[in-house]
Amino acid sequence: MGLRIQKEARPESMLINMGPSHPAMHGTFRIMLELDGEKILNAETEIGYLHRGFEKTCENKTYFNLLPYTDRLNYVSPQINNLGYAMTMEKMLGVRVPERAQMIRVLMCELSRISDHLTCLAAMAMENGAFTVFLYMMKAREFLWNVIEFTTGSRMTTSYIRIGGVRADLYEGWRDSVKTAVCETRAVLKDVHGLLDRNPIFLNRTRGVGAISREDALSYGWTGPCLRSTGILYDVRKAHPYLLYDRLDFDIPLGDHGDNYDRYKVRMLEMEQSLRLIEQVAALIPDAALPGKADEEIEPAEAIRRGRMSKPSERIRLSPNLEGSEKVRYPKILTVDAPVFVPPKEDTYTTMEGLISHFLFFMDGYGIRPPKGDVYFSVEGGNGEVGFYIVSDGTDRPYRLHLRAPCFHIVSALEQLIRGRLLADVIPTFGSMNMIGGELDR
Amino acid sequence: MEKENLIDEIRQRFSAELESDTETFGDQVLVVRREGLRAVMAGLKGLPFDYAVLLDLTCVDFLESESRFEMVYHLYSLSRNRRLRLKVSLPGANPVVDSFAGLWKNADWLEREVFDMFGVAFAGHPDLRRILMYEGFEGHPLRKSYPWRKEQPRIPLRD
Amino acid sequence: MSGLDFLTTRLETALGWGRKYSLFHYPFITACCGMEYMSAACAHFDIDRFGAGLTRFSPRQADLLLVVGTISHKLAPVLKTVYEQMLEPKWVIAFGACTVSGGIYQNYAAVQGIDKIIPVDIYIPGCPPRPEMVLDGLLKLQEKIQKQPQDWRWKKKT
Repeated sequence: MGLRIQKEARPESMLINMGPSHPAMHGTFRIMLELDGEKILNAETEIGYLHRGFEKTCENKTYFNLLPYTDRLNYVSPQINNLGYAMTMEKMLGVRVPERAQMIRVLMCELSRISDHLTCLAAMAMENGAFTVFLYMMKAREFLWNVIEFTTGSRMTTSYIRIGGVRADLYEGWRDSVKTAVCETRAVLKDVHGLLDRNPIFLNRTRGVGAISREDALSYGWTGPCLRSTGILYDVRKAHPYLLYDRLDFDIPLGDHGDNYDRYKVRMLEMEQSLRLIEQVAALIPDAALPGKADEEIEPAEAIRRGRMSKPSERIRLSPNLEGSEKVRYPKILTVDAPVFVPPKEDTYTTMEGLISHFLFFMDGYGIRPPKGDVYFSVEGGNGEVGFYIVSDGTDRPYRLHLRAPCFHIVSALEQLIRGRLLADVIPTFGSMNMIGGELDR
Repeated sequence: MEKENLIDEIRQRFSAELESDTETFGDQVLVVRREGLRAVMAGLKGLPFDYAVLLDLTCVDFLESESRFEMVYHLYSLSRNRRLRLKVSLPGANPVVDSFAGLWKNADWLEREVFDMFGVAFAGHPDLRRILMYEGFEGHPLRKSYPWRKEQPRIPLRD
Repeated sequence: MSGLDFLTTRLETALGWGRKYSLFHYPFITACCGMEYMSAACAHFDIDRFGAGLTRFSPRQADLLLVVGTISHKLAPVLKTVYEQMLEPKWVIAFGACTVSGGIYQNYAAVQGIDKIIPVDIYIPGCPPRPEMVLDGLLKLQEKIQKQPQDWRWKKKT
């Protein structure tokens, strides 16, 4: 809550604008400051520069079509947004996701969470002058994105976690990639611990700066690592467990003072916990080899020709783009309770029923039509509780879709945290809050 | 079970202000009358219910003139680990509801967003102005009556 | 006479060579494409190999405006101001589908392509584009800079 900044400066103060386009503004965010030398007398923030009309767009798209829009919300951890949306819809539709898909979802989410924390801390360190940390963390992120790319086809905005399960199974050789990624990330984290943890410059800029009390943090609705840095234990994975989190073993690091250094420390420790989760899940996922030999596959055109007489028994060879989403894999990666996903391509190409159900899935007025009502579900994102509130009127488009953006609440406290401090304190404070424009402005 | 006790207590304490309480898809929902909202919120925030966190505050536009807007509040109690949804119906002609910026600090920005997107006014808000759209933007984008693709450029566009 | 043309052609080639291999870029980052920009600029897909590694965070010191991410109508005047603050010669790269044509956001809030606000030299499609595509776009820009008539007189580009 703030006092507006005066339009005309008083004789003893100076008005400065840290404008929407600024190297340390993590995207677009504007802070208007009234300064007395270096001391901040008053601050006012302005958001909305990346408002892209997500909620209005979702009212005009079908439930399946709006999945790519959810990727672009918290764009440093896109799979977690996908998961939040998919699980909200699954709650509404009442479908259960197979176990293997749940394990793959946990793997993808934890990889996303580590990318989120890596990006946040890399940007924060770079803005404080530690450029090496930025380069090291980006290197680790490339290894994580390698795993994501080979599984989903895209490095970042993947639309992989879909309603009912995941789009494709893991690829051959995923275990080695995951092991390399975990190894490299651990090495980078060790280096960064050595570079920043007891670095007097970093400590001076972050210890005791931007501290928030527990009551204020709760009153502002903070969640996620920022809340846990004040010492309050609230993690959606433990409070309302979803997927397999109640069966996996991980700790929740907490801080003490709620200052920038604690937020940095909590994120570093959380990355280690996420690496533990990845190792546990990778050990749980069984190898799933495709039944049958590779040279028994036939082309789709051949299958159509043979299908005129009788159903072909050999497997159909699909394009390499569809690797992982063959029909034999479907029962393991997608739900069997309701047809809330695209039918397998083998059926679509070769049978009439498959073709019809493919078209019916995409036609206006058909497709996924949940029952009337409203539902709220949340998952633990990189910044905190990412919640989706969906109001359905029984048609194939949502009547209203609202995102509970965690960094909206966190950033609303920025004015209070920087008032009375020095100009240079704005940078680490804002950096440790991990403001993501796509989530803040929606 | 503790959950039923909690709901019973809420039902008893606020029986005058509640219109109904239901459970949809596993979520507990209370529908409150507009006049009694302030009392219910203040009562829920304090002990013994202790809904200390306002998770979310949003609005839905139903396009009827009688009760067009429906405000939706999500509360969370950290000590009891319980969520709650409250709904209030507002008329379409002059939608005004009490502001809760005094009770929860994030209500400040959340209410500004609802005002910006829907045009709902909040009585007692310290500084009600647009937050996501810019000055000079006419209309409230998330209302069903606002066309989805109508752009209002701020500067003259080329081509 | 022909001797003079030969000299100006050589000078233009030299200026083009100098300008294309020393691009100082201003990353006007807004959204998701910023992540791929960070990947392209960091050690794995180094943008510094092409001479464009130095990021100048002031439009007065930059000659390449990299518009990365969706531009909303609220941000459009800011983009125009930043573009006008840059000195000649300057080039603009539209990075990502949202800057090329509005991307997946065809609604009241997003500008449908930044060429509705400022003139654009190179368009890099993708949502987000892979770092290799970014480097390809940069190489195309370098070719364009080499081939264009170099303004070495004090003349404003219309």
